[in-house]
Amino acid sequence: MKTVATRTAALVAALLAWAAFTAVNARVGFVNPVLLPTPAEVGRVTLDLLRSGELARHFFTSLVRIAEGFGLAALAALGLGLLVSLCVPLRLMVEPVIEFVRPIPPLAFLPMFLVWFGLGEASKVAFIGYTTFFPMFIAVAASVLRVDVVLLRAAASLGASRADLVRRVILPAALPGIIVALRLGIGLALFVIVGAEFMGADAGLGNLIMEGRVFFNPAQIVMGALVLGLLGSLINTLLLAAERRLLGARVAS
Amino acid sequence: MMAGPKIQIQGVARSFDVSGRSMPALAEVDLDVAEREFVCLLGPSGCGKSTLLNIVAGFLAPSSGTVRVDGHAVNGPAPERGVVFQEYALFPWLTVTGNVEFGPTLRGRPAAERRQTVARYLDLVGLRAHAEKYPAQLSGGMKQRVAIARALANDPAIILMDEPFGALDAQTRETLQDELSRIQRVEHKTILFVTHSIREAVYLADRVVVMTSVPGRIKQIFPIKLPEVRDRFAPGFTQYESDITRVVKEEVAKVHE
Amino acid sequence: MASFVSNVSTLVESGLRGPALGRRRTFTLRIGAILFFLALWSLLSGLVVALHLFNPIFLPGPWLVIGALTEMAAKGQLWIHVAATLQRVAIGFGTGAALGVALGLAAGYLAPVRNVVEPLVEMLRPIPPLAMLPMFIVWVGIGEASKIGFITYATFFPIFLTTVTGVRQIDPLLLRAARSLGARGLPLFTRVILPAALPDILTGLRLGVALAFFVIVISEFIGAEHGLGYLINDGRNFFLVPQMLGAAIVLGLLGWIGSALVRSLGRRYARGQQTA
Repeated sequence: MKTVATRTAALVAALLAWAAFTAVNARVGFVNPVLLPTPAEVGRVTLDLLRSGELARHFFTSLVRIAEGFGLAALAALGLGLLVSLCVPLRLMVEPVIEFVRPIPPLAFLPMFLVWFGLGEASKVAFIGYTTFFPMFIAVAASVLRVDVVLLRAAASLGASRADLVRRVILPAALPGIIVALRLGIGLALFVIVGAEFMGADAGLGNLIMEGRVFFNPAQIVMGALVLGLLGSLINTLLLAAERRLLGARVAS
Repeated sequence: MMAGPKIQIQGVARSFDVSGRSMPALAEVDLDVAEREFVCLLGPSGCGKSTLLNIVAGFLAPSSGTVRVDGHAVNGPAPERGVVFQEYALFPWLTVTGNVEFGPTLRGRPAAERRQTVARYLDLVGLRAHAEKYPAQLSGGMKQRVAIARALANDPAIILMDEPFGALDAQTRETLQDELSRIQRVEHKTILFVTHSIREAVYLADRVVVMTSVPGRIKQIFPIKLPEVRDRFAPGFTQYESDITRVVKEEVAKVHE
Repeated sequence: MASFVSNVSTLVESGLRGPALGRRRTFTLRIGAILFFLALWSLLSGLVVALHLFNPIFLPGPWLVIGALTEMAAKGQLWIHVAATLQRVAIGFGTGAALGVALGLAAGYLAPVRNVVEPLVEMLRPIPPLAMLPMFIVWVGIGEASKIGFITYATFFPIFLTTVTGVRQIDPLLLRAARSLGARGLPLFTRVILPAALPDILTGLRLGVALAFFVIVISEFIGAEHGLGYLINDGRNFFLVPQMLGAAIVLGLLGWIGSALVRSLGRRYARGQQTA
């Protein structure tokens, strides 16, 4: 259904629609043409920022923040997720607390992180870490807990010790779920980085977008949004490819 | 040679806690299985035959009674008791080879020896050509053959099989019964086999143990005096089938009351 | 391997979840865990004070948070902010849901609609909705309209997409059967298509509610004078951490209630159907 060809065709169609709509508006003026930037205008802003090196600077700032925050959270989620799933009393203690914290939107804690860590890099990285940790932790634990008991039985009757069970059955069996958890985390990181950079940041794509608002430059806003979308698509594609390589053989051909 | 029975099931019973109440699945069962014997546990659904097998395998502890193997009490799973499951339980992240050599790998056998073992047992089940495939690429019958090879490769004295052919179509099922019969003539393991197919039981077993409906107890034991290679249409065979069917039907009627 | 990891017997008997506990034991365990958590929190904030680790303002104990909340509730302030947030969420989500379901049903059922709408959705989908918030502010200014418009935009996508999926996944056999029983046009729609797509639509609605509460906060950080998000951000100025934490907890509670409402809707109208 959603082949690469169909999707590209859809995107091209969307681009054309956008160009057409904004061109008509520029002529007729339903809305102040500044508010509806044409693709050409967006392109121009992009080139300007690329040439000055600004775009690269903001892009990599955001990327580094995501990488650091997500990286820390992923390690913690893997370690603690495994630990909690292997120790029943610990899990029973931790579960209710997670249930309590989970419904609170992570962005509600953003000001808290600014208070705790100030306006610098640390607060952004810590916030991304916090936001991505809980969902990944929950997903990792869930995929470990889901390991079919019949696989454990099979291994045990082949002579597996407890260590064998963990290393040779539980971990490989949970791996697909763990990878899904990581994908979830990175998706979430991309989702909130913008928000985190709206406030108290002097660099980053989110900051770039906010600047577009402050200096009344909607073309910059659109550019920032599109770059983010592109980054997200890129990361997603890479992850899906990696996932297919790691797990490809397992799925029915 | 062998002094006592290989498996001794003495007074084994098991109840399960279902929302606060204790539901008996297995009432007192006493059974001895001799070495190299092929015993089938037969009975209506839910009669506890799988529970009994799980207890012998060491996956569940009995509520009362003991199971002894070679005189030693069973208190957990062990490689001496290999298991073949109805759901195959193959490790999806390993190839056929990886699965079959799982037991020897755990025991740290050297690679050359493992290769030989895998080759021998894949030949035995006729899957040598599929050695590098993953379980997802195999049919149900092939998966079960890999599962059997995997259990055998660990050289257990006992094999426990829980309705291993239940998920397969009739044709594949009969083929695998033939294969199992042939393998047993070569390997001579002690086998405890759970099924609800009377035909299957008469085809494979030295003795057929018919169990009552829940809570399961031994209703009657039928020694099967037929040649090693059996003909499903011989009069002797069908006689056993009808005798056992009559006994089983009494129990099935009770389940539907 | 440490001894707290389940042993082989437990693992082979009941898997990694361990044996099922009775309902009463699970309940007492849950309460115990929460109380333990509160106790730990109190202990930590107490230690901060006792050992002069850092300014205790950064880690107020749970009693301070509860105190701040009850004070605001008593003075009536809390309700004003809750109402402001709820109003924005309700209108934004309502509009987004209405548009999402309506357009989704149309796009799911009618190919021409789909061909027009899908390209736009495809282009906008990878962009995090938050990135569009400044755009809304530029378009309609800093007031209520931009916040509500933004929530509408954010909630539209998951609801639209799940609705389309809901319609597209209907077994054609079902439609054939219905038509052969004489169903046409509107009755076919209301009696077959809508109910069949309902579980997916409800999933979308649940996602939409969660998303609405997720993004409302940030839109209330900028240019707002009321709302829970405003309370949280405003607390920054005077380090009113108990207020910040309290408002966050209330927000979480509201979000949870919202999801629970949609779920109960699902139980009433999509009973027996497979809900994602």
